Amino acid sequence: MLISPAFLALNGGAMLVSLLMLMAAGQAVQVLRHWDIKSGSERQLALERRTYLIATLVTWSVAAELVALLLFLHTAESMSSQFVGAMCATGVLNAHALGWPVLGLKIAVFFAGAVWLLVNQLDNKSPVYPLVRLKYALLLALLPLVLVQALAQLGFFLGLNPDLITSCCGSLFTAEGEGVAAEVAGIDPMLSLALMYGSGVALLAAGMRYPWEGRCGIVYALAGMLAFALALVAIVSAVALYVYEHPHHHCPFCLLKAGRGFIGYWLYLSLFAGAALALGVGVISPLRRVASISAVADAQARRLTTVSLGLFALFYLIATFAVVGSNLTMEGVWW
Amino acid sequence: MIELDDVRKAFNQGRPNELWAVRGVSLNLPLKGLHVLKGPSGSGKTTLLAMIGCLSRPTAGRIRLDGRLISNLPERFMTEVRRATFGFVFQQFNLIRGLSVLDNVMLPAYPLAPDAGELRRRALALLGRFGIAARAAHKAEWLSGGEAQRAAVCRAMINDPRILIADEPTANLDSQRSQELLAVLGELVAMGKTVLVSSHDPLVFESAGVSHVVELHDGRLLGGGSC
Amino acid sequence: MTAFVRRQRYLLEYSLSAMARRPGKHLALLLVYTLIVFLLASVMLFTHSLQRETRLVLAGSPELIVQRLVAGRHELIPAGHLERIAGIRGVRAAKGRLWGYFYDPAVRANYTLLVPPDDAPAAGEIQIGAALARIRGLALGDYLSLRGASGEPFAWRVAGLIESDSELVSADLVLMGEADFRRFFAIAPGLYTDLVLSVRNPREVLTVAEKVSLALPDSRPILREEILRTYDAVFGWRQGVVFVLLVGAILAFAIFAWDRASGLSGEERREIGILKAIGWETADVLRMKLWEGAVLSLTAFLLGYLLAYLHVFYASAALFEPVLKGWAVLYPAFNPVPFVDGLQVATLFFFTVFPYTAATLVPIWSAAITDPDSVMR
Repeated sequence: MLISPAFLALNGGAMLVSLLMLMAAGQAVQVLRHWDIKSGSERQLALERRTYLIATLVTWSVAAELVALLLFLHTAESMSSQFVGAMCATGVLNAHALGWPVLGLKIAVFFAGAVWLLVNQLDNKSPVYPLVRLKYALLLALLPLVLVQALAQLGFFLGLNPDLITSCCGSLFTAEGEGVAAEVAGIDPMLSLALMYGSGVALLAAGMRYPWEGRCGIVYALAGMLAFALALVAIVSAVALYVYEHPHHHCPFCLLKAGRGFIGYWLYLSLFAGAALALGVGVISPLRRVASISAVADAQARRLTTVSLGLFALFYLIATFAVVGSNLTMEGVWW
Repeated sequence: MIELDDVRKAFNQGRPNELWAVRGVSLNLPLKGLHVLKGPSGSGKTTLLAMIGCLSRPTAGRIRLDGRLISNLPERFMTEVRRATFGFVFQQFNLIRGLSVLDNVMLPAYPLAPDAGELRRRALALLGRFGIAARAAHKAEWLSGGEAQRAAVCRAMINDPRILIADEPTANLDSQRSQELLAVLGELVAMGKTVLVSSHDPLVFESAGVSHVVELHDGRLLGGGSC
Repeated sequence: MTAFVRRQRYLLEYSLSAMARRPGKHLALLLVYTLIVFLLASVMLFTHSLQRETRLVLAGSPELIVQRLVAGRHELIPAGHLERIAGIRGVRAAKGRLWGYFYDPAVRANYTLLVPPDDAPAAGEIQIGAALARIRGLALGDYLSLRGASGEPFAWRVAGLIESDSELVSADLVLMGEADFRRFFAIAPGLYTDLVLSVRNPREVLTVAEKVSLALPDSRPILREEILRTYDAVFGWRQGVVFVLLVGAILAFAIFAWDRASGLSGEERREIGILKAIGWETADVLRMKLWEGAVLSLTAFLLGYLLAYLHVFYASAALFEPVLKGWAVLYPAFNPVPFVDGLQVATLFFFTVFPYTAATLVPIWSAAITDPDSVMR
């Protein structure tokens, strides 16, 4: 076990977020049990006022989770010197079976939280609060995710054993290695870039239909998820190489190091925000069937689609810039 | 038209100290002129004003504004209706101490986020119309009773509401100041605003400008409700 | 979008003026808040710069050190071992080192005596660290005399003071020539304290170390990476322990903040009631109050961090020196290179701003749901 300030900050923070979410869930249960929008009673008024507290608690939890996600990666990065064979975050995540699951859970919590906030925002637009039951049921579903994430993270840090020899990005993300990461790194860069841009075009096609024709909300969300996944693959198999200007360095985390002009932050922020909003579109566009918020949901979904498309476009722009502006030339090797 | 249909309001519902402040009021008020709710203290007139002004929700019954039901809205939407439709002048003026008169007047507009320069001009114009422009930069607690009352009227008018609600506006004023205030209210009526006043001051409900007086007793109307 | 920004500006403006109208209430909180940030930031900056200093020092050290062990104890290593490892593939250079400690009863301090590999002082001359010069009152040209291993006194002329990026290591250092060193400690020629190897390819260090331990069964190789790792762990651990101790303080601070936020005066309650009555929505009041917290947090954070920065980098961390650096008579004058690190700021945020916010959310909310008609009652 390694008691470092970052360890304490991450786990203390996760505990606090769990506490806030438990509180929010407790309030949500109260609301679910006694909600009666038609009533003018004092109890209904009190419940309506609780919804403000719940929304505030969740907003802060999601914000804290986002900061925690970055802090988690940087902590893993800074701990790499304590593990033989680890040179960056990858090695530290490899050092324990829970490393990658924790990262996945953290990303999932961020996406789920962001979608919940979008649904909440939509619900607040109608005086009859038509989504109260849906959104608080979703909140109760989000709670276990947050708790599991906190526990997994604690388990990960407690289980880390500094004497362990781990493998790092150099050996994990190589074309010669085995496992998912190696498979991803080993994909033909030309293919992966083509897939990334291809999925971008598909996304654009799906996205254009929504704002103009009001159709394919769910298709857009699916296209968004696909584009998100393929973008991550392309980062590992091709874009990262251009950023590092090194033909064999595939690591997706080293992009976050300050030395690369913070390009990693721009890449990931635009990609994650775009994907989260795309997911939001997928959840919101079916809600047009709810009569009292039909128009609002439609307008909101159109707006989100546009913003999400813009963010994805920004991501593709940055990625293209990273490839074109790089000093690494792979002509003749790859194409 | 403001329509009240069997409006009731209870405080501390379900507890031993339960109190029905308004017990079944039905009433139609046209959207013009100066209306006075009259009655002894505890008769429920302030509670009724608060419900009409979307400050609180009736426990039962319906309130409609120009045919739109406003009594069943959640607070978030009641607030939207309130700040677009109603301006308030309270018994104790309720200006915020330590803030300048100008800032006090601009406060209700903050959540609507108008352009800062435009808002300032609007506030200064109101202060000028009600004769306290010279006091704009002074702190609210330095104003005399009459000035504070007029500042409160300016604050109530900053979002250009159709209806002004004044709760016992003359309770803290001498009779000369009360006359001045009635003149101000008359001016607002002349501008086309509707003014709703609660009062047990004969000076108010016997004044010439009053278009309609409703009398309340123990949370019920005395006499007919419609006019 | 512009309306959104404008609204936030109005709310921020209002919360600033509200805070300015009640400076007393916020000052106490700000003071405690700043103190907490200051303490935590000081610990972090201090240990972190220690860590950096050691890295700086070790950066110049060889990749591999070979020590001879006899019965599990560190022993002098014969020069013959040198030839046996110089032949290992991948080894660029191998050298013997001479160094040791000397306890000086006159000042009750330990010195580190070392024969530098290049530019060793001439016979009868030494170079000494700054802290040693200070404590013994030595200047250039003065003589330092110590009792040797066989009892006879030795005297050296101080020919130079050691200039270094980091006084942490050079403080107690005495550099001397090889012959002087051997005579002083009575070490026979052909024996060294340990051996150092430099390796051509950093990736091969592990392999070389394995080969060394095979070739010289009575020795142990020590990797520079290993030392770095140990230091990192030790520093992180020490920091962690201090932070655990400070968790109590953070908890007390959170309770204090909660108490402050929930203990609204009648005047403040009335003010919020007025705002609600004249058209502010619950969410507006919430946001206004959150802005208040943000302003307070930002001020305390910047102030605390700045003070910690000055404390560590310009006042030599006067408060913590004895705790974190260990005990030694020869205190180095500690003037680390100033720096700011993003990871630290994020960590600090989780230790201060986040608990503060979490503690105040519920009180803020319960203030914001004041009945709009409360001012009419």
